[in-house]
Amino acid sequence: MFNRGAIINIRGLGHRTIDSVMRFGYASRFFALTLLNSGACFRRPHLIVRELYYTGVQSMIIILVSGLFVGMVLGFQGYQTLNTYGSESALGVLVALSLVRELGPVVSGLLFASRAGSAMTAEIGLMKTTEQLSAMEMMAVDPIARVVAPRFWAGVVSMPLLAAIFSAMGVYGGYLIGVVLIGVDDGSFWSQMQSAVDFREDIVNGVIKSVVFGVAVTWIALFEGYDSPPTAEGVSGATTRTVVTSSLAILGLDFVLTAFMFRGI
Amino acid sequence: MERSTIDLWVGLFMVAGLGALTILALKVGNMGSVGSNETYQLSAEFTNIGGLKPRAAVKSSGVVVGRVSGIIFDNEKFVARVSMNIDSRYKFPQDTSASILTAGLLGEQYVGFEGGAEDKPLTPGATLKLTQSAVVLEKLISQFMYSKADGSAGK
Repeated sequence: MFNRGAIINIRGLGHRTIDSVMRFGYASRFFALTLLNSGACFRRPHLIVRELYYTGVQSMIIILVSGLFVGMVLGFQGYQTLNTYGSESALGVLVALSLVRELGPVVSGLLFASRAGSAMTAEIGLMKTTEQLSAMEMMAVDPIARVVAPRFWAGVVSMPLLAAIFSAMGVYGGYLIGVVLIGVDDGSFWSQMQSAVDFREDIVNGVIKSVVFGVAVTWIALFEGYDSPPTAEGVSGATTRTVVTSSLAILGLDFVLTAFMFRGI
Repeated sequence: MERSTIDLWVGLFMVAGLGALTILALKVGNMGSVGSNETYQLSAEFTNIGGLKPRAAVKSSGVVVGRVSGIIFDNEKFVARVSMNIDSRYKFPQDTSASILTAGLLGEQYVGFEGGAEDKPLTPGATLKLTQSAVVLEKLISQFMYSKADGSAGK
């Protein structure tokens, strides 16, 4: 009896492992197909513009507000800590570096995954459930070229822009709290920030991070939608998986990228 | 929604994103300051550079005149060779001395230039002859301890 249970458990483990590897392979094939079929949507840029509206423009409010608040919190917390060492003039450096290097790409990536990624999955999953994708195939329209590729490129374009907006708003929020409210010296706030933040090392690396997160989030969201079981339950499960998987992917990728970019040398 | 309205909003979004990137580059980063100007290279040899890092400031009378572009170890003379990009608006005489200083007690280290009396300016690519290495706190303390010990033994 005990043996039988153990065997079934082990069999289940193996089954799930093989299943997830297979799913990963399917996802990679889906990614390659998306890239290969992108030509059509570059020839019809209004498809991408329409998706930019839904992914980029509609995420802008949440990005603006949360960027401002994250920056303001950094202003308070940074001032508290730096004040202990009598170096509150370095507040600008702290706020700018933490936003540009880490918080900007990561937090806006997480917000993007839950705001735009989940919507993408639900939309494509529902298109599949209501057999719109099959109908397109019937009309000899490739659903990957017509539906998936424009969404993918819109996500890849809008993610770095959203991260930049987030960081800029955050720096402004830190300025509001640090300089306007607490009264850190205006000149040293900006000048120390400018001498510490490097364009290539910090800003470009932040942009690279956000592009990578954009690719990862949109890929996961589109694949989960495309692969979702065509039921109401299946679509809701796929939407949840999009948010969970892409959040974990963002944090994991962020660690790997940070290890490459800022090795502390 | 009308096509043109969508276009307007997407355009606004792109402008806001690119604007934020420009602000980050110019206002937060150091694209606008030293680095965009014409520079020339100088180098100096130090027996000990302490915690000096590439991109550290080069200052003269407290004004930033350039940045450290690279630090390598000279395996023949056993010294550190520091190369610096100096803003070409500033010329220094040939007997300029370079020393590694610290901003504040625990601040970052920078290279300080002190002009000499020579008439001829340093040419691009020249090496500064007079250098003073970084102060190593441990050596300073141990010297102080030795002299203190000597002093008390003599009494």
